[in-house]
Amino acid sequence: MADRHLAADTPELRARWGNFTFNAAWDAKARAAIASYPTGRQRSAVMALLDYAQRQVGEETATQGWLPLPVMEYVAQYLDMPVIRVVEVATFYFMYNLVPVGRFHVQVCGTTPCMLRGSDDLFAACKARGMHKGHTTDDGLWTLTEVECIGNCASAPVVQINDDNYEDLTAPQLDHILDELAAGRQPKPGTQEPGRHTVEPAGALSSLTAMTTENHDYRGEW
Amino acid sequence: MALADKDRIFTNVYGYQPWNLAAARARGDWDNTRDILAKGRDAIIQEIKDSGLRGRGGAGFPTGMKWSFMPKEYTPERPGFLVINADESEPGSCKDREIIRHDPHKLIEGALVAGFAMGARAAYIYIRGEYIREAETLFAAVQEAYDAGLIGKNACQSGYDFDVYVHRGAGAYICGEETAMIESIEGKKGQPRLKPPFPAGAGLYGCPTTVNNVESIAVSPTIMRRGAGWFSSFGRENNKGTKLFQISGHVNRPCVVEEEMSIPFSELIEKHCGGIRDGRDNLLAVIPGGSSVPLVPADQIWDAPMDFDGLRALGSGLGTAAVIVMDKSTDIVRAISRLSYFYKHESCGQCTPCREGTGWMWRIMERLREGQADLSEIDILWDVTKQVEGHTICALGDAAAWPIQGLIRHFRPELERRIADNMREAAE
Repeated sequence: MADRHLAADTPELRARWGNFTFNAAWDAKARAAIASYPTGRQRSAVMALLDYAQRQVGEETATQGWLPLPVMEYVAQYLDMPVIRVVEVATFYFMYNLVPVGRFHVQVCGTTPCMLRGSDDLFAACKARGMHKGHTTDDGLWTLTEVECIGNCASAPVVQINDDNYEDLTAPQLDHILDELAAGRQPKPGTQEPGRHTVEPAGALSSLTAMTTENHDYRGEW
Repeated sequence: MALADKDRIFTNVYGYQPWNLAAARARGDWDNTRDILAKGRDAIIQEIKDSGLRGRGGAGFPTGMKWSFMPKEYTPERPGFLVINADESEPGSCKDREIIRHDPHKLIEGALVAGFAMGARAAYIYIRGEYIREAETLFAAVQEAYDAGLIGKNACQSGYDFDVYVHRGAGAYICGEETAMIESIEGKKGQPRLKPPFPAGAGLYGCPTTVNNVESIAVSPTIMRRGAGWFSSFGRENNKGTKLFQISGHVNRPCVVEEEMSIPFSELIEKHCGGIRDGRDNLLAVIPGGSSVPLVPADQIWDAPMDFDGLRALGSGLGTAAVIVMDKSTDIVRAISRLSYFYKHESCGQCTPCREGTGWMWRIMERLREGQADLSEIDILWDVTKQVEGHTICALGDAAAWPIQGLIRHFRPELERRIADNMREAAE
């Protein structure tokens, strides 16, 4: 199991987050999420609501957000469920941040397929910039997390930063991407290998070549 | 006998063309789906059974048979549900992502066809939390289908009401296990349930439920259009159809590619991946079906047919057809140890043998990696894997044990060499 701990429940935490409520935009999304489950099963929406809450906390703190205990209590009240059931969910799923994170959450995949393609170099590149696994840099910019397989194995190694994936990465490319982000620019997500489109055999397409130039309909050849 | 482009189901798998409804329709999706539904529940299930389709999520259970386990009649208080497993988290697997972000309408149409065939009221597509952009595409594609009247009330003017919902996960490998997924949709920790009762009897909200992999569902409309005979013309007996293979690791060109089942490993690698890095002689071992299956050494895998039975005969399995290739530069003990860490990290903590055993196995593996162990510990490790395997509610315990068993079975001399080297260094 992953080692995870709740942030301490302090008066300061209560003072800062005790009055948390969804703003209009997230409230609308929360209601839509609840509507996708049968009546009386609103608890099914707890995962969506925790995500929304984390994102709103992120917006309010200019970070990627996290889940202070008072915010979990708010979600519990919103869904009419016991607080402990919400805390169980928040601690069980790895994408809920239980402590504050930085403006950029750099999640480097370290599982075997990425390891075989050079994720060690990516960790080294992060380390050289003063990032350490499980920590946020003093300037509040970067949080580095080693994550388990994030399912981009045919374009490994991959790093997920905030909501975007950067694939087929080399250490210099990652460095460049981090520089761009720090400068407030948005680098192109997806594969970083020159000439590669997505997950096709790079530079030597072995099937479906007609699709590259037109939305080919193969039914005529059936 | 290579698969021709016209026989590929996922023609937009590389995303050269848009995923949207108009483009998908131009490629043949949602083409008179009403006629497929008009064949009736039993005829659809029979066609899928005849096609020989086996579940694409790893276990390979016959899909048509699974659908037939659902009740014939439902009551309003206990409707049926289809849950589509898009929690693709098995290391090496990356095919459902390509379906969802580049061909989502195949999945949504398949949800309607499969849901109708089993009499379900709604489908929940459980997509892993890390697929953030992919989920955005899926939400948008579902909305397109609603707006066009393809799903929802009177779906495709068939008179059948069918809803499709998307449920996002939040980073837990275990939710790929079907009962853990159901727990997760119910808003709980994703801890697997004891079976029986099986989901077809009591699943989501206690109602009859079938859980299917994305690929199994997404191929079903094409099977209905082209017929069971077409689909079963590919692959060996009992291993029919086409399959998305995902090749990662030490090949010249890693890729996702749809090929026919039973294609020899060598052909798959030579034709689509540009061969092994630095040539065939540089191949060390292959994990042919995602991290949960035992590795196969180079000499045994080369001519093996890539299908359920062919790989089982080698003491491994097809799993999700996630082929992880390792050449001779690989630290094989570290490669497997990293998987042991994965399972330690992802154990849900419910069953003691798995919760404690995955940690034990990883710690011994880490010492074996450095050779800092006694020779007898190889047998102790083997013994631990056997005490975890088969003693847990779900298959995560087995999945944690098998890669280590594969390593000991095929690379015991390497483990012994490291221990001997370490002892010699210590003596010097």
